[in-house]
Amino acid sequence: MLAALGPAVGAGVAARAGLLGSDGASTALAGEAHHETAAAVPAAAHAGEGHLGFPDGARVDHRANGFDPAELLRDFDHGKVTRLASGRVLREWELVAQDREIEVAPGVKFAAWTYNGRIPGPALRCNEGERLRIRFGNGSEHPHTIHFHGIHPAEMDGVPGIGLGTIQPGKSVTYEFDAEPFGLHLYHCHVTPLIDHIHKGMYGAFLIDPRKGRPEADEMVMVMNGFDTNFDRSNEIYAVNTVPFAYMNDPIVVKRNELVRIYLVNLLEFDLVNSLHVHANFFHYFPTGTSLEPVEYTDTVMQCQGQRGVLELRFPYEGRYMFHAHQSEFAQLGWMGFFEVKD
Amino acid sequence: MEARGAVEPAGGTLERAPAWLLGLVPLLLIVAGIAVIAALGGPGLGERKGPPVEELSVERTVLHPGEIELTVRNDGPDPVTISQVIVNDSYVDFSADEQKVGRLDATKVKIPYPWIEGESYETQLLTSTGGTIDHEIPVAVETPSKDSSFYGLMALLGLYVGIVPVTLGMLWLPFVRRISAQWLRFLLALTIGLLAFLAIDATFEGIDVAGEGSQAFGGATLVFLGAAVSYLVLAAIAGWSAAAVEGSRERSRTRGWEIALLVAIAIGLHNLGEGLAIGSAYAVGALALGAFLVIGFAIHNTTEGLAIVAPVASRPPTLMRLVLLGAIAGAPAIVGAWIGAAAFNSSVAALLLGVGVGAIAQVIQQLAPAIRDRSGPILRPLTVAGILAGFAIMYVTSLLVNI
Repeated sequence: MLAALGPAVGAGVAARAGLLGSDGASTALAGEAHHETAAAVPAAAHAGEGHLGFPDGARVDHRANGFDPAELLRDFDHGKVTRLASGRVLREWELVAQDREIEVAPGVKFAAWTYNGRIPGPALRCNEGERLRIRFGNGSEHPHTIHFHGIHPAEMDGVPGIGLGTIQPGKSVTYEFDAEPFGLHLYHCHVTPLIDHIHKGMYGAFLIDPRKGRPEADEMVMVMNGFDTNFDRSNEIYAVNTVPFAYMNDPIVVKRNELVRIYLVNLLEFDLVNSLHVHANFFHYFPTGTSLEPVEYTDTVMQCQGQRGVLELRFPYEGRYMFHAHQSEFAQLGWMGFFEVKD
Repeated sequence: MEARGAVEPAGGTLERAPAWLLGLVPLLLIVAGIAVIAALGGPGLGERKGPPVEELSVERTVLHPGEIELTVRNDGPDPVTISQVIVNDSYVDFSADEQKVGRLDATKVKIPYPWIEGESYETQLLTSTGGTIDHEIPVAVETPSKDSSFYGLMALLGLYVGIVPVTLGMLWLPFVRRISAQWLRFLLALTIGLLAFLAIDATFEGIDVAGEGSQAFGGATLVFLGAAVSYLVLAAIAGWSAAAVEGSRERSRTRGWEIALLVAIAIGLHNLGEGLAIGSAYAVGALALGAFLVIGFAIHNTTEGLAIVAPVASRPPTLMRLVLLGAIAGAPAIVGAWIGAAAFNSSVAALLLGVGVGAIAQVIQQLAPAIRDRSGPILRPLTVAGILAGFAIMYVTSLLVNI
């Protein structure tokens, strides 16, 4: 055993190296600290190596949850397509509100409210100008709505007291409107108290593709969210697509030099902002996806709740690259993952 | 006899049964009745409503380089499962003896964590229902390892704050032998004041300590329970020894020795509590061991030596007995420091502090007659002044040793 202070300080540096990830460990000081800690207390060195996080092997039971973030990532719901008499495309979806207990961290259950039993709800995807019809059944014990972001008449806005209004348990309604404007949007329940109805899981991405389309890419949807498991109006859990550290355990595999497009939506409750930072790379950012011209070339983007944007990037080198919220607290409470770039 | 005769016709059989059987039958019926209710799960009451109640308290925090270890006890009615651990807003690796902690059970949660000396840490145990048990480590300091040098250090500490000052205080014996009966009464009243202050102080200390840890074993109730038990036990001992020496010529001499012994025991129990406080504060790094602390305790505790010798002023005991009295009063500080540093448990500490309080109360009761002027009341201006002086001395010297 080393003297009292030595390992503690060494381990502290190691922890910082852990937080910063692989790039942090490249300095001589951090590397040495790693080594020292490993000699003194293997467990602490392990914590540094593993970027902290849940104990080894602790995983959420995705099967019991009924959804797996690894699959949600590239799962776009195109709905059922038919043609109206006019020849215009009619796209239809069915969404059902369901109360479900979800394992939001290994061993931690959360009484969630969901669309179609998953958080986030299905990523609804359509094309600009189509007619959209969303049949909504409330199978929950609580009243709910679906409030879409987009341009539509007041009665289709999914807020209490206007148009279709609040949908009571057991009832169902159909929302119908045109797909406009193109871009990345979202939908969520708008029943009060809003904090409960949003943060318990009733939200999802709503994507309207532009008429002329976007360049071919490996596309993925990331909904940044969190959970307040102890009802103190602050989050114990942060994630993209619900499960903390999910993409640390199962890195997102992408091809080298291939265009990657991330549809990023922030639905985090309680905290004012959220962010995404990609390691060792830069991306073009299209706020709300409503323009095909990027407005920024950066490696970190910030969003408040309801804000969203499209990211486009290519990874020129093979290897593992972290991505995480650039609020260290969020990152260490689960909002952290890896891209694995392969040839 | 008439009443007996009147019930005889109705209760003839019962009357003939042996008394032990009459005592035993209701007991068996009670046991059987409770067993039936338990077996049926309290018929008619149904399941309890609402989610499980999750109450965990952290009894002990041990810090080793690169590791935080929490001993957690389940205070609540339901088992609690610790699913994840958060330290300073970060999920951390951990291992627990048992992740599911049963009612009143305890478990050790080991967290590999690169803590830094002098910084503070907020740990949260996230349970299976998503609840959090928060525990703050105000200042991270390595917990001393329990080797022989550690016990040696604690013994030295106990010696400094216990035996040495008490023994020094007893050096007032020649002085108290020379003063007039009236001034001796004043000194005895002063002793009562000192002791009363200690009792009040220890009561609040005990309540504080009890509030910090697990409430499963009674919390602050333990202080009063400890006080009642020690008061009653010492009262019984005092009554028994008084009866034993009744009528003996040695009466007055024995009486003085007895009271001095009781005072020494009471102060010893008090110093046990004081040692506990010092030892546990040292173990969590909340106490700087320095000359100031030792000097403070020396001044504070020399008054305890005076309290021991005042009752034996008229007929001083042998030197051996004086040494024995000093040891009884002072040595428990060493034991207390050991326990406090090595195995501090707030429930045990509260109980021990309470035991000290009860002992002091008993001693005050024993001392009270001695400050009475032959026929007068106990509280006269001189004795009241003595008691108040005792308070004042203790109050002022206690300011030196606030830990």
